[in-house]
Order: sequence, then structure tokens, then C-alpha cells
Amino acid sequence: MGINYFMPEFNVIRDPDRCIACRVCERQCSNEVHSYDPDTGKMKSDDTKCVNCHRCVCLCPTHALKIVKNPDIYRTNYQWDSDTINEIYRQADTGAMLLSSMGNPKKYPIYWDKMLINASQVTNPSIDPLREPMETRTFLGKKPDHLERMTDGKIRTDNMPPQLKLEVPIMFSAMSYGAISYNAHESLARAAQELGTYYNTGEGGLHEDFYKYGKNTIVQVASGRFGVHKKYLDAGAAIEIKIGQGAKPGIGGHLPAAKIVGDVSRTRMIPEGTDAISPAPHHDIYSIEDLRQLVYSLKEATDYKKPIIVKIAAVNNVAAIASGIARSGADIIAIDGFRGGTGAAPTRIRDNVGIPIELALAAVDQRLREEKIRNNVSLVVGGSIRCSADVVKAIALGADAVYIGTAALVALGCHMCRTCQNGKCNWGIATQRPDLVKRLNPDIGAKRLVNLVSAWQHEIMEMMGGMGINSIEALRGNRLMLRGIGLNEKELEILGIKHAGE
Amino acid sequence: MQYEGQTRIPSGCAISGIFSRSGKKFSGDDIIRSITPMHDRSNGLGGGFAAYGIYPKQKDLYAFHVFYDSVRAKEECEHIISSCFDLDAAEKIPTHKIPEITDEPMIWRYFGFPYPEQLESTGLDEREFVSRFVMKVNREVRGAYVFSSGKNMGVFKAVGFPEDVGRYYCLDDYAGYCWTAHGRYPTNTPGWWGGAHPFALLDYSVVHNGEISSYDANRRFIEMYGYNCTLLTDTEVITYIIDFLNRKQHLSLKEVADVVAAPFWSEIDAMPEEKRKYYTYLRNVYSSLLITGPFSILVGYTGGMMALNDRCKLRSMVVGEKGDNVYVASEECAIRTVQPSLDRLWSPRGGEPVIVTLNKGVEA
Repeated sequence: MGINYFMPEFNVIRDPDRCIACRVCERQCSNEVHSYDPDTGKMKSDDTKCVNCHRCVCLCPTHALKIVKNPDIYRTNYQWDSDTINEIYRQADTGAMLLSSMGNPKKYPIYWDKMLINASQVTNPSIDPLREPMETRTFLGKKPDHLERMTDGKIRTDNMPPQLKLEVPIMFSAMSYGAISYNAHESLARAAQELGTYYNTGEGGLHEDFYKYGKNTIVQVASGRFGVHKKYLDAGAAIEIKIGQGAKPGIGGHLPAAKIVGDVSRTRMIPEGTDAISPAPHHDIYSIEDLRQLVYSLKEATDYKKPIIVKIAAVNNVAAIASGIARSGADIIAIDGFRGGTGAAPTRIRDNVGIPIELALAAVDQRLREEKIRNNVSLVVGGSIRCSADVVKAIALGADAVYIGTAALVALGCHMCRTCQNGKCNWGIATQRPDLVKRLNPDIGAKRLVNLVSAWQHEIMEMMGGMGINSIEALRGNRLMLRGIGLNEKELEILGIKHAGE
Repeated sequence: MQYEGQTRIPSGCAISGIFSRSGKKFSGDDIIRSITPMHDRSNGLGGGFAAYGIYPKQKDLYAFHVFYDSVRAKEECEHIISSCFDLDAAEKIPTHKIPEITDEPMIWRYFGFPYPEQLESTGLDEREFVSRFVMKVNREVRGAYVFSSGKNMGVFKAVGFPEDVGRYYCLDDYAGYCWTAHGRYPTNTPGWWGGAHPFALLDYSVVHNGEISSYDANRRFIEMYGYNCTLLTDTEVITYIIDFLNRKQHLSLKEVADVVAAPFWSEIDAMPEEKRKYYTYLRNVYSSLLITGPFSILVGYTGGMMALNDRCKLRSMVVGEKGDNVYVASEECAIRTVQPSLDRLWSPRGGEPVIVTLNKGVEA
């Protein structure tokens, strides 16, 4: 065996005065960092296995543990930093592509943080959401371009294309059963139901136990077509065709064989222990006219009762692509930014492919308006929404609603250790190991998600009220409510906003 | 400094309107007297009037009122206008020089009708043809601004206090069945005549008091449908919304009010099924035309007038009735000045339109 070139990324620091060798950390760690030495009666740790998920830290009854970044790094070099060197060692060891999970962690600009929100002073009143109605309800879907009247002159109301009704403009984005656990899915489904919004099955099919949440479920059809059948399509409130994902534009999903067990295999309709590798493209969509056929096939299959969402990753030509999709019969376009999360993606793709969602959203919204087709589709954006202010900014730029994924998982306890691809999630989220899955209690999980979204809703209402806006639709595309800070002319032009002070 | 059209300028205001249901015409004196006691609601940076029924002799022709900054602008605009319209008259609008009104542009009016062959070749209906002509001049001819373009109606506006503007335009000499007035309190000083209110397109005229918070959402939506918001004012976008919904989408004015000042969802959810479906449908289809923030508006149109408050009633507006006459104003004093004894006086609820029309059989 050759030399192990790696230095552990983290050090597990155990305070010997506090540790009572209760072995909780050992039982909790699926990475097997901790062990008990019966000879000394003390706990030991293997730092090389630690992913810094903080499970042991949180559960240690005496607060004896802390995890720190290993200060013993390679000689400092701006060009060749430790991550870069480690990755080369890893590839030299294995000859393989690097895999990562969660969203792009690199230092690219975060445009959300370069936009500021307006408030009323003197010339018009701000509105107090504690005392006045403040509306966050919105509908997603194509709107008719003219009214029809019945013979008695009344407006016909039964000709509305299918819509999704959201009490709050926040939905849970696609995360498949398989990538995340049964309990995580149940938490999302129940929270969506309670909040009056939707969660998304991702490409892993819909577990039979969750059909009862169908009214709050978006079912996804991805290039692998895993788990897609008539009953599945009928079960959801909307159908999402997944063309691309922000974390890995241009390639299909990849669920490792280790996660294809039991119900996951049955739900996906593929054998246990086989890798579920989705093709990079849909092999029936090589062009925009093919997309139209799939959109209408799905509409035919569901009797034109459900809106069709087409989800794409934000890439260079996103505005033109979205315009094509808007004319393909799709009711809703979902755009996923390059910061979007994932359960597993090739590192190089995650970190280098795609564009920021803020710019993509601004470009798409503007383009659809220029082409006079903005009312034909709704726009949903995801892939980096971290807080209610991001939601407000997204809607002011032109989004109808947002998708949140990572934020929802963090609410469920995710500590962003970014090793979902290993399937050993200590928080019971991104794993299929029954002993780990049961750590996530869906009662508590659903409650925490409801809390999170409700808290954001309150904050959105406060910010809207400050602007003197009492309905979310009056915020949508209301770019005068935003100002840029530290942005250059080109960025301001693309975002369609003025600079602070202008 | 940036001028109107280059930047958005919020403003507070006073509005007043008088409407005779029986179609009895009265001079501009009443409306001038009505707006005068609300002097402090404007700051001398804009006043204006809209009058209906004032051009009975040319009632089937479009009356264009135009500001010109230069002779070049006038020539350029007249070239376009005379190539599209069979003109009956082109004249200076009579004004009365007073010290309070200064820096006036050239103010002209034209009466005309689109050449039938022109109209036919575009395939547009008459009103759409006229509306596109107005937008084209205002967008493309620098220094020319068409500020009134309806039949048998006209807008008169200027930089100044409204009572002075009324005298300046000799409104005593006109007689109409409906008058609206506006005094403006903009928050900076563009001092441009075109920016004064009313804002008008075809026979729709709008006077507005408020600052809408939904402005850019409304603007970016309405611009998809062939409107160019060149002034960046609330009144402009509100007028276009009304034109779009009423003229192009064929909504009644009551239905227009149900879109722009829709009831809250909490109210809609509690309605009986048919009403609930109606309001839900309108709010969903035209969600980007909901207007939020404070406004009180008076919409004038041929044969009618609509008064509407935002759904929270964040601006004052009262309505009075005396016989066949209906009065609407920001403040009661404006009504009492011209009609001390009223049959009825009330403050309409937010979002509840008051629509008055000529009595049956009365011709506009």
C-alpha cells in the first residue's frame, strides 16, 4: 500500500475532562470516526473519516466535542490551495471524476447581496401587516389572453388553464426519494400541505404512502423516467419535466447503487443495487419541437387538468431557451441557478457550469415581456434562495415564486457537510439506512419546515408593507423596488435595476 | 437634474370632478371654483382640467391638443398628423396671458378624422389607429406632446396652480357636461407642462391623487401590450391600464375597478361561490394590473365618469349629489364651495367604484 497523501480535513477535539465515555458519539457517527478503547476506558477518534456533520457535537451530553478545520495545511499558495492539491491526490489515486454534493461553494458573486430593497417614506404610507391585510397568495400557470362571456354577459370563469394555488410563493424544490429519505419526503409533503404550497418528488417516483399528499405534490418526469406511470402522473397537482438542474447542467441525475434499496427500488421501478443513471438529455427531446410533444403527451395523459412545468438550468442562452419553452405549451418555467444544490454531482460541473440565477431570472423575465408572452407562463426560480430577503428580491426581479431545497434541508437538520453522495447522512436526510433514517422524525421535520416558511412569510409581509405593497402580485417584476450596490453598469443593465442613490 | 420621463417623480394632489347626469352643460367656472379651496394640496407645479361635451360642432372628429417646444417639433408633428388625418381645423388654443403662468410652450389643437384608406390599410379599428398615432408622436417627435386625443372632449393643463391654469385657458368660454380638475404637488421640480394632469388617451382622462407602490409591476406588464410609458407617472400607467382593460379587453368599468382595486383574498374567500369565482378569476388573470398603494382617481370618458379609491382607502375622496349633478373631490370643501346644499354626501369605501353616466336618452 502506498503512502496516504491526505491530511485529514478536520480535527476532532475531545475535552478529556468533559468526556464521560458514554459512547453516544460512537453510536451516532455513521462514518465511524469515534471508537471506544476498552484498555484505557477512553474514546478515540479517526480524524480522516470525519466530514464535520456535527452530529456528535450536537448530541454529546457533556459538550466535550468540537470539530475544527485542520490547521496543518500545505504551504500557503494562492494558486494551489489545499482543496486543489487534495483533489489532485484523489484523482491520482483513483483515476475517477470527483463527486460533490450540495451547491457550488466557490467565491462567485452573490447578486442577492448586491441588491437592496425600497421602503416608503412620506410620499406614500407603508402598510402595517399586523393591522392590515397583507397578501402572499399567488397562482402559477398560463393566463388566458382575453376574456370570454356567457350569453348573459357574465364573464366565463371555467375556462382558466390549470393553475397551482400557492398561499405563500415558496415551494420545496425537487429532491428525489432515494437521494433523500422517506422521512425527509414525508416531512416535506406534510409541510407543503399545511402551508398551502407544493413539494416536488424529484426524479425518483412517488412512494405509495405519499399519494395522499398528491394535491400538494409536483411529480417530476426526468430523462431516466424512473417511477413514471399513469397513476403517478395523475397523483400530482402538476407535472415537472426536468431538463436540467443548476448543480449539473448538461448531465442527468446519478443515484448510487447503495441508495437503491427496498422501497426506493420499487418506487423507481428499477432493480435493487443498480446505479440509477439518468441520461444526459431526454432521448425523446433533441430540440424544442420535441419538448412541445412531450408537454402535450403529458397533458393528453392527464386530460389537460394539470399545469406542466419545464425545469431548466440557468445557462448562457437561458433567455432564448425560456422563450422557446414558453411557446412549447408549458405553463410554468422553473429555472435553477448555478448555486443550486444536489445529492451528487461531478465537482467540476457543479463548480464551473451555469450562471447565477439572479442574472438568468432578470434576463428571462425581460425577454418574455419583450416578446409579449410573460403572461403565458409563470416563472419559478431556485438554486440559492437562502432567506426571505432573497425571495423578495427574486419576486421583484420578476419571479412568480421560488423553489427552496437546501434551506429546507437545513431546517430539517442538515449541517451542510456536503457529503450526501456517500449515503451516510447522520441526520437521516440524505440516506437510506434505516437506522439513520429513523433519526429524522417527520412530525418534528414537518413542523420545522412549516416554522421556517411561516417565518419567511412574516418577513416577506413586513418588507412588502414597508414598500407600501399589500399584495405579492404588485411586487412581481416591480424592479423599481430594488437598487444595486457595488454593481457595474452591465450588471445593472442585465438586472434591469438602478444603482443605490440613483 | 432629470426631467419627467427620465425619472419617476411621486406627487401628492387634489382632485375634483363635476358631472351632470342630465347632460346640462356648464362652464369651467364651477370646476375652477371647486378646486380653488384645495390650493394647499398642490404646490404650483401642475394643474389641469378635462372637459366633456365642449366641442359639439366637431363632435365626430378627434380633437388633438398638442404642446410644442419648437417650430421644428410643430412641423414634424404636423407632417405626420396631416398625412394620417383629414383635418378640419388647426388652431392655437386660446389662452389669456397672466403673470402666474410662464414658460408656456406653443399650444395647438387639431380636429380631424383618419383618412379612410389609411385606416383600411392598417387593418386597425379607428380608436386603435388614433391611439397608436398618439403614442408614435409622443415617443418619436422630440418636443411635441399630444396631451388630449378624444372626441368632443379636451384636456387643458399647465405648470401652475389649477385655478390659474383654468383662467389661463379661459375655461369660462367652454361648456361641458363633465369636468374634472387636478392640482399637483410633485416632489421635485421638472416644470414640464406635459407632466401635469389630467393624463388622457382617446376619450379617457385620468386625474389621480396618490403614489402607487405597484407602479413598476404595472408598467412592465402594460408595456407588453403596445403602451409606452414615457412619463413614468402613475396617472399615465393607470390610464393605459383602463384603456387596455376597458377598450381592448372589453371589461366594463365596474370590472376594471374589480381588477385594479380588487377585494382582499380574505373577503373573496368568504363570498358566495359565483362571486368568489368571478373575483378569483379576475385577480388571477390580471394579477399584474392590481394597483397597490394610495390612489384616488377620477376617470372621465364619453358619457360618464368613474371615481375610485385604492382598496385600503389611503387617500381621501368624497362624493356629493344634488339633483342630477354629481360631485367628487379630495375634500368636502371643494364640493360645498360650488354646491352648499347637497341631497347626499358620502365617502365611498376603498375599492368601491362610483360610476355616473348620462341619463338614458341624453346624448354625450
